[in-house]
Amino acid sequence: MKVKVIVTLKNGVLDPQGKAIQQTLNGMTFDNVSEVRQGKYFDIEVNENDESKAKTQVEEMCKKLLANLVIEDYKIL
Amino acid sequence: MKSSVIIFPGSNCDRDMDVALKKFGFENQMVWHNDTDIPKSDLIVLPGGFSYGDYLRCGSIAGKSRIIKSVIDFANSGGLVLGICNGFQILTETGLLPGILQQNKYLNFICKNVFVKIKNKENKYFKNIKKEVLELHIAHNEGNYFCSNDELKSIEDNDQIAVTYCDHKGNDDEINNPNGALKNIAGVFSKNKNILGMMPHPERMIDPFLSGEDGSLFFKNLIEN
Repeated sequence: MKVKVIVTLKNGVLDPQGKAIQQTLNGMTFDNVSEVRQGKYFDIEVNENDESKAKTQVEEMCKKLLANLVIEDYKIL
Repeated sequence: MKSSVIIFPGSNCDRDMDVALKKFGFENQMVWHNDTDIPKSDLIVLPGGFSYGDYLRCGSIAGKSRIIKSVIDFANSGGLVLGICNGFQILTETGLLPGILQQNKYLNFICKNVFVKIKNKENKYFKNIKKEVLELHIAHNEGNYFCSNDELKSIEDNDQIAVTYCDHKGNDDEINNPNGALKNIAGVFSKNKNILGMMPHPERMIDPFLSGEDGSLFFKNLIEN
């Protein structure tokens, strides 16, 4: 089954790329954008039919590789 | 002293490091990332570069490579492990050093000489260096050191800050911070000071005709201690 993961920077961690995107949007016609936070999205195909088992495995993947918990949070969708 | 430099796909300072180590008397050998054993060494170096194309996060893939288990075992047994630039990023990704190197604050790749202040000489890396400030070279896009407040307190309490960005007089205030690094941190130690990660490249400052010699001071001290 396919498991989807989003990794984002934790609140309070500086996101210079998000900031640059926000400023660019403001400079276009989107001047009501007050903040942009950039993240990463993963589609993971796990050879496992049991959803909870698959998600448990993906959670391990998040902790060990996909996210660096010093600055990032992950969310399994 | 025997040293080993680990080569990852995308490492590009491995040969410079090899030249520098040999110039100051190390018996150096190169070790491929896909090996599992490291030959008997007194020092292991993770060189600069762009291991695995900086995919996912800088150093994250190298931090899980086959050779890394041996590096971690060596480090945990008290062996000297030095990570320069991408090597520093790899050491934080393995958890051997605290914190992480984020993208530079102003989104620019920085390639220039900087001054760094030695914050702690009670270790093999800086013990007998007479100078307080070294001129070294940096070249990175992700050198913006960050850690949580708790971790910062812990590394300050344990004297784990190795070097900070400063001016030629040693003022390590915000105006001399090239990349947004927390507290101007350019390098940190592990708790017992056997592991050092730093963004500046001492191996690029070993020739008075090409660059400078403050890197020479670093390697001379290292082999003599």
